[in-house]
Amino acid sequence: MQHHLVLNLVAKILIPFIILFALYVQFHGDYGPGGGFQAGVIFGAGFILYGIIFGKDLAVRVVPLPLVYCMTAVGVLLYTLVGVAGMLLGGEFLNYSVLLPDSIAGQHLGILLIELGVGITVASVMISLFFSYAQYTHRDEQQSDNQDR
Amino acid sequence: MNALTPHLSALQIILPLLAAPLCTIFRLPRVTWGIAMVVGVLCSFNAIAILEQVQSSGTIIYALGGWAAPWGIEYRIDDANAFVLVIISVINVFGILYARTSIPAELSEDRISWLYTAWLLCFTGLCGITISGDVFNVFVFLEISSLSTYVLVSFGTDKRALTAALRYLIVGTVAATFYVIGIGLLYALTGTLNMADLAQRLPEVTAHRTVLVAFGFITVGLSIKMALFPFHTWLPNAYAFAPNAVTAFLAGTATKAAIYVFMRLVLTIFPAGFFANSTIAYLIILAVGILGAFVASTIAFFRQDLKQMFAWSSIGQIGYMAIGLGLATSAGVAASFLHLFNHALMKTAVFMAIGCLFVATGSTTLNSLKNAGKRMPWTSAAILIGGLSLIGIPFTTGFVSKWYLVTAALELDMWWLAALVLAGSLVTAAYVWKFVETAYFRTDSNTTYTRSEAPLSLLIPTWILVIANIYFGINAQFTGTQALRAANAIFGFSS
Amino acid sequence: MTTFLGLLNYWVVIALMMTGLYIVIAASNYIKKIIGLNIFQTAVFIMYISIGKVSGGTAPILTGQPEIYSNPLPHVLILTAIVVGVATTALGLALIVRIRSAFGTIDDHDVRESVNE
Repeated sequence: MQHHLVLNLVAKILIPFIILFALYVQFHGDYGPGGGFQAGVIFGAGFILYGIIFGKDLAVRVVPLPLVYCMTAVGVLLYTLVGVAGMLLGGEFLNYSVLLPDSIAGQHLGILLIELGVGITVASVMISLFFSYAQYTHRDEQQSDNQDR
Repeated sequence: MNALTPHLSALQIILPLLAAPLCTIFRLPRVTWGIAMVVGVLCSFNAIAILEQVQSSGTIIYALGGWAAPWGIEYRIDDANAFVLVIISVINVFGILYARTSIPAELSEDRISWLYTAWLLCFTGLCGITISGDVFNVFVFLEISSLSTYVLVSFGTDKRALTAALRYLIVGTVAATFYVIGIGLLYALTGTLNMADLAQRLPEVTAHRTVLVAFGFITVGLSIKMALFPFHTWLPNAYAFAPNAVTAFLAGTATKAAIYVFMRLVLTIFPAGFFANSTIAYLIILAVGILGAFVASTIAFFRQDLKQMFAWSSIGQIGYMAIGLGLATSAGVAASFLHLFNHALMKTAVFMAIGCLFVATGSTTLNSLKNAGKRMPWTSAAILIGGLSLIGIPFTTGFVSKWYLVTAALELDMWWLAALVLAGSLVTAAYVWKFVETAYFRTDSNTTYTRSEAPLSLLIPTWILVIANIYFGINAQFTGTQALRAANAIFGFSS
Repeated sequence: MTTFLGLLNYWVVIALMMTGLYIVIAASNYIKKIIGLNIFQTAVFIMYISIGKVSGGTAPILTGQPEIYSNPLPHVLILTAIVVGVATTALGLALIVRIRSAFGTIDDHDVRESVNE
């Protein structure tokens, strides 16, 4: 869709704001509506829009596929390790109050990190889903092209 | 060690949950297998430690995140789930041990790490279902394990594995949604999702018709998940087309966790006597169990593929567990728990042996079995002993569970039920005989046979389970007492 | 009439639920089946969220004054269930894509026929 000038331009203007908004939703999540799930999906949507407009190959150059797969794992690891940190500091699994000496500050830190883990995983899962479906049609077409010849 | 003691129940979930993303990062097949194996072994030691702790100091309660019970999610482990947890964790170790050689024979190198990721997530889900004391948390773990099971099934070599996985996904999701509707209705009535809390509050609202509706949704949803007879349609193809190691693992664990939740919800949470007093519900479970045992075993007889045959046999055996449950006495439920343990042992061993057959001959149909008794004596003997155990021949575990079930039926003067259970064994004997006939007696004398036994790395885990099968058939003291304690825990929750 | 309007949310839930379940059972196209599954799940989401509503209640944010507020727990539960639903849909569609390339069709009847041959 690179030849659509309007789409091209609008996407270029919008994508930075989509990603910025995702970060706002992410880090505002412990005070107001928001959180990792929503932020992750918005963040992923930014990349997916880029992929749809400028083609999968360019999008892969921005976020290589192995990196995306790695990030899905990193998010889950971050989540679990924050939980384990609570255990090591004398609380239960996922008890954030013990993360810092001040229990309320600890809860803030805990939920922030946990939601960050959720956000990373959700965003990268969304991106990898898009890539896998996009990749598939691409390969499918090539196969049928080969058959035609 | 002492510092870990209060956290044992959480560790059972954390270890596989940490290991799964590690498998995604380190994508080398050997490394991912190593991670899975280490975690599997640690988890089974952990599960055994939990069982010991429960027996020495009573129910373990673990409040996640430090939020106490009715508000937060708690893990609550008593004799019943500790026993099931040990079964699942130990079977998991043997499954992974077996997968080392079995999986590379069926899967391309680059997909192996994904398989172990899904496997570990599935194991996380199964452990979670077993130990969680919160009904919604059970749903989340149920879906974690189910979603990864669909993935595991779709790894099968045959293209029919894909349709089997999709059908399982559709049926499984409907089941999970039914379960959510049921607990939603219960939540609307009582305002709590905690199992212990629900058990206390439900008696106040039993008169409400909503309880009955919730009961219906929950039982149907979980019956699908555990493949109870009329809801079993997903199971035969899913088991038959999944990779062999996965079939062995699932046969020993997946339905078992669902059966445990079923017992916990139906017998513990619903007000004491709600189930046994509502005669129709309890008669339905009994009837469905008996029907399942007969119909599924009969269909098993007509299957030409060994994996299909024993998958149908699994449905029949789940019927027996339902019979014990339907008796709604502690002896009956103890028989169910015992059969849960024994069936996990024998069916995993049988499916592993079938996997050995596949590695050696490249096929699992009955036709490829001719002369297997001579060509592959160890593999055939393993299937044979597993089959005898399914029938319930003395000195095998199957005999012990049948004995308990018949005793429990006779305790209630249900002699007809005892007779039916024994008659069911005859149907089982029919399909096991079909295997024996092909493997040992249908020999072409013209050709000479070279021994082509499966590799040792497959035979060793298979035979450890076969020997355990015989050991627990002769010495049933450990399993018998554990099953009885588990049954008492199921009934004694609310008091 | 009051019973009908007073229980409006349940009527909506039942209608959606039955529509979804019917599509799952009756449609032979796999993608339609997955869509039916989604409608079925959505019915349950609505059921949970509507029972969490307290009439006249506000958003459950503590302001210090005693207030009537809606129950936030069902929303949290359904957020989890929605995520599960998304995962199920994604996995289902991925399987359908692979079924298409293995069998050349996404129709249940055709797949069954091609297996029997």
